[in-house]
Amino acid sequence: MNARRVARRVLRNPLGLVPAVVLALIVLAVLCAPLLSPQGPAVASLRDSFGGPTGGHPLGFDSAGRDVLARLLHGGRNTLGGALLALAVALVVGVPSGLVAGYRGGRFDAAASWTANLVMALPAMVVLLASRAILGPTVWVLMVVLGVLIAPSFFRLVRGTVAGVRNELYVDAARVSGLRDARIVARHVLVVVRAPVIVQTALVAGIAIGLQAGLEFLGIGSGDTPTWGAMLNEAFANIQRAPAMMVWPGLALGLTSASLVLLAAALRDALEGRGADPVRRRRPATASTASTAPAGDGGDRAGLLSVRDLAVSYLLPDGTVREVVRGVDLDVREGEIVGLVGESGSGKTQTAFSILGILPEGGHVSRGSVTVDGREVVGLPERGHRALRGTVVAYVPQEPMSNLDPSFTIGAQLTEPMRYKLGISRAEARRRALDLLRQVEIADPERVLASYPHQISGGMAQRVLIAGAMSCDPRLLVADEPTTALDVMVQAEVLGLLRRLQRERGLGVLLVTHNLGVVADVCDRVAVMHEGRVVETGTAERVLHDPREPYTRTLLDAVLDQVPARPPLKGRTP
Amino acid sequence: MTTDDVTGDNLLEVADLRVSFPGRGWRAPAADVLNGVSLAVRPGETLGLVGGSGSGKTTLGRAILGLVPVRSGTVTFAGERIERATARRRRELSRDLQVVFQDPYTSLNPSLTIGDTLAEPLLAQGVPAAEARRRVGGLLDRVRLPPDAADRLPREFSGGQRQRVAIARALALDPKLIVCDEPVSALDLTTQRTVLDLFLEIQERTGVSYLFVSHDLAVIRFVSHRVAVLRRGAIVETGDTAEVTERPAHPYTRSLMLAAPVADVAWQRERREAFERSAYRENSSAERK
Amino acid sequence: MVSFVVRRVAAGAVLLFVVSALSYLLLSVPDTDVGRQILGSGAPTETVAAKNRELGLDRPVPVQYADWLAHAVRGDFGTSWFTGENVVRAIATRLPVTVSLMVGVTLVTAVLSLLLGVWAGVRRGAADRLVQVLGVLGYALPGFLVTLVIVVVFAVRLGWFPAIGYIGLTESVPGWLSTITLPVASLSVAAVAGVSQQVRGAVIDVLRQDYVRTLRARGLPPSRILFRHVLRNASAPALTVLGMQFVGLLGGAVIVEQIFGLPGIGAMTVTYTTRGDIPVIMALVMVAVVGVVAVNLAVDLLVGWLNPKARTA
Repeated sequence: MNARRVARRVLRNPLGLVPAVVLALIVLAVLCAPLLSPQGPAVASLRDSFGGPTGGHPLGFDSAGRDVLARLLHGGRNTLGGALLALAVALVVGVPSGLVAGYRGGRFDAAASWTANLVMALPAMVVLLASRAILGPTVWVLMVVLGVLIAPSFFRLVRGTVAGVRNELYVDAARVSGLRDARIVARHVLVVVRAPVIVQTALVAGIAIGLQAGLEFLGIGSGDTPTWGAMLNEAFANIQRAPAMMVWPGLALGLTSASLVLLAAALRDALEGRGADPVRRRRPATASTASTAPAGDGGDRAGLLSVRDLAVSYLLPDGTVREVVRGVDLDVREGEIVGLVGESGSGKTQTAFSILGILPEGGHVSRGSVTVDGREVVGLPERGHRALRGTVVAYVPQEPMSNLDPSFTIGAQLTEPMRYKLGISRAEARRRALDLLRQVEIADPERVLASYPHQISGGMAQRVLIAGAMSCDPRLLVADEPTTALDVMVQAEVLGLLRRLQRERGLGVLLVTHNLGVVADVCDRVAVMHEGRVVETGTAERVLHDPREPYTRTLLDAVLDQVPARPPLKGRTP
Repeated sequence: MTTDDVTGDNLLEVADLRVSFPGRGWRAPAADVLNGVSLAVRPGETLGLVGGSGSGKTTLGRAILGLVPVRSGTVTFAGERIERATARRRRELSRDLQVVFQDPYTSLNPSLTIGDTLAEPLLAQGVPAAEARRRVGGLLDRVRLPPDAADRLPREFSGGQRQRVAIARALALDPKLIVCDEPVSALDLTTQRTVLDLFLEIQERTGVSYLFVSHDLAVIRFVSHRVAVLRRGAIVETGDTAEVTERPAHPYTRSLMLAAPVADVAWQRERREAFERSAYRENSSAERK
Repeated sequence: MVSFVVRRVAAGAVLLFVVSALSYLLLSVPDTDVGRQILGSGAPTETVAAKNRELGLDRPVPVQYADWLAHAVRGDFGTSWFTGENVVRAIATRLPVTVSLMVGVTLVTAVLSLLLGVWAGVRRGAADRLVQVLGVLGYALPGFLVTLVIVVVFAVRLGWFPAIGYIGLTESVPGWLSTITLPVASLSVAAVAGVSQQVRGAVIDVLRQDYVRTLRARGLPPSRILFRHVLRNASAPALTVLGMQFVGLLGGAVIVEQIFGLPGIGAMTVTYTTRGDIPVIMALVMVAVVGVVAVNLAVDLLVGWLNPKARTA
């Protein structure tokens, strides 16, 4: 994103505009210190000590009778200048080393990361105090040390970001395109690093100012130079006599740091393309529309699952509403597998989620009727819908690994819903879990029960998820692309398993898939979805072999199963 | 440095290639990903490389491209050993050796325009900027994208269109071999077909060779002159496509062929029964990660 | 598990060695005449030389360091050059003050951050905004400035707590509470701000995970999912940040102890380091680094206990 657009976005956000203006004013005032000050910062007259504001001295005098405004303005030069120096050192040390370490990895990375960890383990304040003992009370040298101490925060940020980009396919593609490393870094890597570094710079600037002022406050700076920290120190010493003296330096310091951090937050929002105002969640009016279920086709609705004129809408961030499912009719009877087929974006998963009542945030059923086992679930309160989940309708997700909680054993995850839904004892739940694992053809159920998700293969994880879905004896299974993430051989086995379970238990299955081969393999009937609508429904055999809708025909034409194998290259023989 | 004077029959020869990744963690043993793979690709030919997940097919492509280090074995491209080519030589090789990756969403830099992405390989080879810009128009035309696509960002395009851009980038330098790593598996069925047609058309027109990696047998049958079946880092079978896919010699290949479902109810029932019967079953329930 | 701890302790020992060597060498760089500093400018040259010889300062720096190291590994950190106190004893009397401060801050931070972060992450909307604004402010304002404001308001204006002084826990519990409350509050502001943001982010992140949807689809109630699954998965990143805050807290303790006149090692650091009292500085640096290493180890063990994947890696 270009700089001008980011700047415009920051300034349009009130939380970006105000800190930007405040910072600009402070910097301007501090730069013009000699012009704005009523007198020199060191000019003192004991006659005026603790004097209140007078004509030429709007902020009054300090304990030594020096003009507070003059000290504030000149002190700002030292405070801000010092922080700027520390920041510059941190950037110069942290960013290039982070770039190299993240991009090259290897030994340099190991050494640099170790050093960064070492520096981060050092308590900054102690090191700074010790450096003061070594190097003497020169603020500028201390600021260089401070810069080195905060450099690891840049190093880590840049290294992490670069290492992430390094694994992007487009960087590989650039290498294969013949680009030099330097050019890859310049074109592909720096762009990604820029934004987080800018944000971090604003953040660290705030911290550097705070630390620097803290050092001055402890009185370890060079005594005579005015700084905000030193002013606070002096005010604190006289806290009983003139507590108001803390106001001005405190205000200057607080405003500067707060502005920097707020600006950083606004910058981050602008760079990440987040609007100033997220949409407020409105309660979707589901309950009212539920009653408008079409009464006409009530007669031939299937007992287990029946969907009529279902529509699912999403509230977009810009306030508009997008309908992703627009009038779906669907039936699943006991003991049948119905395929819901479509390409990406056809609304098949959204249909499945609304049957289960687990649409993601922002989505809601905007029209239509869904009955599960004869009960209307559109408009059903969450508690009522929850009672159906697990025991009547169960869910098999697409991606096996991400659907198991990494922190719990398979056993814990299998038994928890059973104990909650069926109210059985721990031992009974465990016995049932072992039995379930055997049913999904897992050879060593005891071991799998004790394993964590990362210790089992994807195919086995999918079997565990099927076992979990079956655990409370549901009558309807909603399976969302249950084999897409699996290997073909494992897919064939898992499909065989689903078919077997369905036969043995008289289960109804709604199988969401994009694969027509899967439909031919296990489905009795199929519904073809396209752009949020079901365009064709029928037995799998009829739809696959005698499609009536042009879209179904297009889909089938794209299938390559029947295409003859490509003949070998003519000319030479191997 | 051009490779017009090919002496052997093969454009690419891989012999006894071994690749292992360092084990994760301290003193963990290295994991062998490829255990002595040998294969050959002739000029103008497509070699389909098929295998299950974890078989090492993607790693093989990346090793040929020099994106992962080779432990032992040789990769000979146009008569030249390249498995330990220097960085400079690799940059030169990019003229002849190109890639199309699987994921069209991450293989294009989201912050560069399509035109910038396509000009990148040209500029890297020293083509003047004006000339590169002119050639980008021709490339877009070759993959049937509108000329104004050059000024737009990847996010404005669908998966299929992005994959066309990736193909155009691979074609920019008129390579002799393109490693295609699952280039259509992230695409919808209808899009997949048109992209595959584009691959074939380009091959007919330019005589480029493909090493076409895929887990999808139907796709492999459609694009490949010959097929190699990879399993656990080793080739179990190689041969003409019809031979390997219709009369597989190795039981693993047979199971793999039968496992992929086809969109024909009666035929699939036969295949399903044959699969259940087939002697060779990867016992996936017993496998442990 | 045991080998993990052993390895981490060994790494910590290496770190201690490197830091001590670096510190000693750097502290010895300035060519100041320590004997002269101790005895004052009026002392005769021979006495100064004798003092330097007594402190071992006439030897080369590496020899001095080796000598220091040989004693340090046996727990002998020598005596202060300026006051003659036994360093270990001096630190031992002051350490409990700082430790009680740190423990208080950590507990307050953990509890408040958890409550605020979970509230913001689950509720979103206005609650979220509030926690985020508090976070930004707490983070943005320099710690000592916050402390000064707290002193002015609660000690000087309202007089609820003493502005200065310390009563040991063993002397009087109410007294200890009254003297430690404001210091703990001062240090907790920034820590709560940082950690609650992390908890909020982690909770939002976990709530978006596929397995949370699957747990809902299994019919489990949201409260159960939140307290069993979301909290457990969100606590690992939050703990990591809590550990990282510790280093910053040590620095904060220096200022806070100074302001409230607490006799801890933070205040000690200021007085001794500005004088260049190498035996004391070295011991203080070692204490700080040991603290950081121990806290990091504790955090790693906790994270490993919470997250089985990290355990095997």
